[in-house]
Amino acid sequence: MKRKIWKAAVPYTIPVCMGYIFLGIAFGVLMVSRGFHPGWAILMSVCVFAGSMQFVAVDLLSGPFSLLTAGLMTLMVNARHIFYGLSMLDRFKICGKLKPYMMFSLSDETYSLLCSTEPPEGIDKKWFMFFIAVMDQLYWIAGTAIGSLAGSLITFDSTGIDFAMTALFIVIFVEQWESTKNHIPALLGLAVTVVCLLIFGSEWFVIASMAGIFVTLSLLRRHMVKKEAVQ
Amino acid sequence: MTNLQIFLTVAVITGVTILTRVLPFLVFPENKETPEFVAYLGKVLPFSIMGMLVVYCFKSVSLSAWPYGFPELIASVSVVLVHKWKHNLLLSIGGGTVLYMILVQVVF
Repeated sequence: MKRKIWKAAVPYTIPVCMGYIFLGIAFGVLMVSRGFHPGWAILMSVCVFAGSMQFVAVDLLSGPFSLLTAGLMTLMVNARHIFYGLSMLDRFKICGKLKPYMMFSLSDETYSLLCSTEPPEGIDKKWFMFFIAVMDQLYWIAGTAIGSLAGSLITFDSTGIDFAMTALFIVIFVEQWESTKNHIPALLGLAVTVVCLLIFGSEWFVIASMAGIFVTLSLLRRHMVKKEAVQ
Repeated sequence: MTNLQIFLTVAVITGVTILTRVLPFLVFPENKETPEFVAYLGKVLPFSIMGMLVVYCFKSVSLSAWPYGFPELIASVSVVLVHKWKHNLLLSIGGGTVLYMILVQVVF
C-alpha cells in the first residue's frame, strides 16, 4: 500500500531531484574545497536541509567563530520559511505522526511542490506529501555525498552549477503563473523585491522584501477577495 | 574553527532553521480555527514568495560591470522559453544550467 503511494509520489519529485542533486553536488564540492571533511557537508544536509542557508553556512564556517552571527544570519535567510508554514497550516492538519517531519523538511522546493501538486485519485494525501518530502531530502543528501566525496578525489570546473537553483525557481514561477489568472501576487513579489534590492542592497533586502510583500498583500486584501469572487 | 566550534555552529544553524519552520504551527495550533486573514495570506503568499526567490537568485549579478548580467539573462530567458515550449522540468532545469555553465566558463 505504502509502495503504491510512493510510486505515485516519485514522478512529482523528479524535477526537484535534478535540481537538488545538482545543488547538493555544488554544495559538497564547495565545502570540501574550503577544507572541510565530507562528513560535515553530509551532516548539514541531514540536519539543516535548507539549500540557500547551507551555502551561506559555508561562508560562516570559513570565518571567525560566532554563534550569535550564525543564529542571526540563519534567522534572516530562513525567515521566509515562516511564510511557508503559514500557508501549510491547513494542509498539514491531516498529517498526524508525520507532522514533525513535514514541518522540519519544509524547504523551498518541497514547499513549492506541496503547493502545486494534489495526489492522484485514491492516493492517501498524508503519505503522498510525506514521500515527496522524504524523496526531496534524500536527493539533497545524495547530491551532497556525491559532491563532497568526488570533490575530495577529483577537481573539475563547476563554475555556474549553482544556476540550477535559479532555473528551478524560474520553472516553479512559470508553473505557478500558468496555474492562476490572478497574477498580482506574483508580480508584486517580483516588483517589491527588485525595489528593495535596489534600495537596501544584497545583505538586507530579503527582510525588507518580506515586510514589503506582507504590507502590500494586506492592503490589497479587499481588492483580491473581490476579484476572486468575480471569477 | 575547531571541530567543536564547527559542531556548535552547525547546531545553532539547525536549531534556528527548525524554529523558523515550526513557529507558525506553534502560533496557530490545529484546534484553533485559522484566522481568515492568515488563510488569505497562505493563499496569495506562495506566488509572491516565488517572485521574491527568483529575484533573490540574481542578487549578486552586477549590471554595471562585465558581463552586465548577460549570461544570467540569456540562460533565464532560455529556461522560460524551453519550459513554455515543452513543459519538461528536466529539460528546462538541466538544459538551462548546462547552458549557463558554458556561458560563464567558455563564452563570457
